[in-house]
Amino acid sequence: MPGWAGHLAGQHIDLKLTAEDGYSAQRSYSLSKPPDGERIELTIQQIPDGEVSPYLTGLTAGDEIELRGPIGGWFVWRPGEATRVLLVGGGSGIVPLMAMLRQRTAAGAARFRLVYSVRSPADVYYGQELDRLERECDWLQVVRVFTRTGPPHTARPPGRIESSDLSSPGWGPADGVSTYVCGPTGFVESVTTLLIKQGHQPSAIRTERFGPSTESRNEDR
Amino acid sequence: MTQPTHTDGNAAAGAFATALGFDVTTAMLTCAKCGRIGAFAQSHVYHRAPGIVVRCPNCEAVLARLVQTPTDVWLDLRGSQSWRFPVADR
Repeated sequence: MPGWAGHLAGQHIDLKLTAEDGYSAQRSYSLSKPPDGERIELTIQQIPDGEVSPYLTGLTAGDEIELRGPIGGWFVWRPGEATRVLLVGGGSGIVPLMAMLRQRTAAGAARFRLVYSVRSPADVYYGQELDRLERECDWLQVVRVFTRTGPPHTARPPGRIESSDLSSPGWGPADGVSTYVCGPTGFVESVTTLLIKQGHQPSAIRTERFGPSTESRNEDR
Repeated sequence: MTQPTHTDGNAAAGAFATALGFDVTTAMLTCAKCGRIGAFAQSHVYHRAPGIVVRCPNCEAVLARLVQTPTDVWLDLRGSQSWRFPVADR
């Protein structure tokens, strides 16, 4: 992006496509990496009959796209913040959370815990990178929640995220935890309800909703 | 069960920033109907329509409406009693 002036982990962009007849379609995509000069990274899930994603995944180097951003100052994490960070992602809701983890590998001192809910092992984004970060970073815990099919030999039966998935010693309401929840609207609502029942203050929970689960931000809608 | 169709204020941030010239996600809005005070980012947004409708997450009253035409932006803020935002964000 020529002239890109940087962004914060968690921010997104609006991307607009305009056809020759003037018809245009706009989508929001989270930035999946922290600032790196004029380079930005988007993670886009291709939906075969989608309106925008097949076009985007067919782009080649040098093709031009129109985008607006960076956008948003609410759902962001800054490396200067020292409080513990609980990240809860559903499906492609991992994308802005991944930008925060990647930011933390470069700068900061906060401890992170990621609870990542996906349908099956095949649906995990950034799988190898998350495995590596989990091994190498003593500040990071990763919990994977499989809602439909789990990998072999896992103790937790597949199922939607539960209160026990979100609680852990050192990560309770009294531990000064900042929480970021991102995913489909239904997922965000149910996770937020569980956290508030555990005693977490609503003011310490930041959320980003993508809409119905079939229409998440980094999918087509 | 019917899935909720709304997103939240983060999804409307680009359109509002273009219209107003500053990031609105951290602005604190007071609902004119129920009096709830909350960040714009946490409001419920319905944007699969000709315009964007922003609703109170507590009472679902309309806080703001934004419609973009080829030449103008129409902004209706009567559902929010006040907007408070830090000057540094402008």
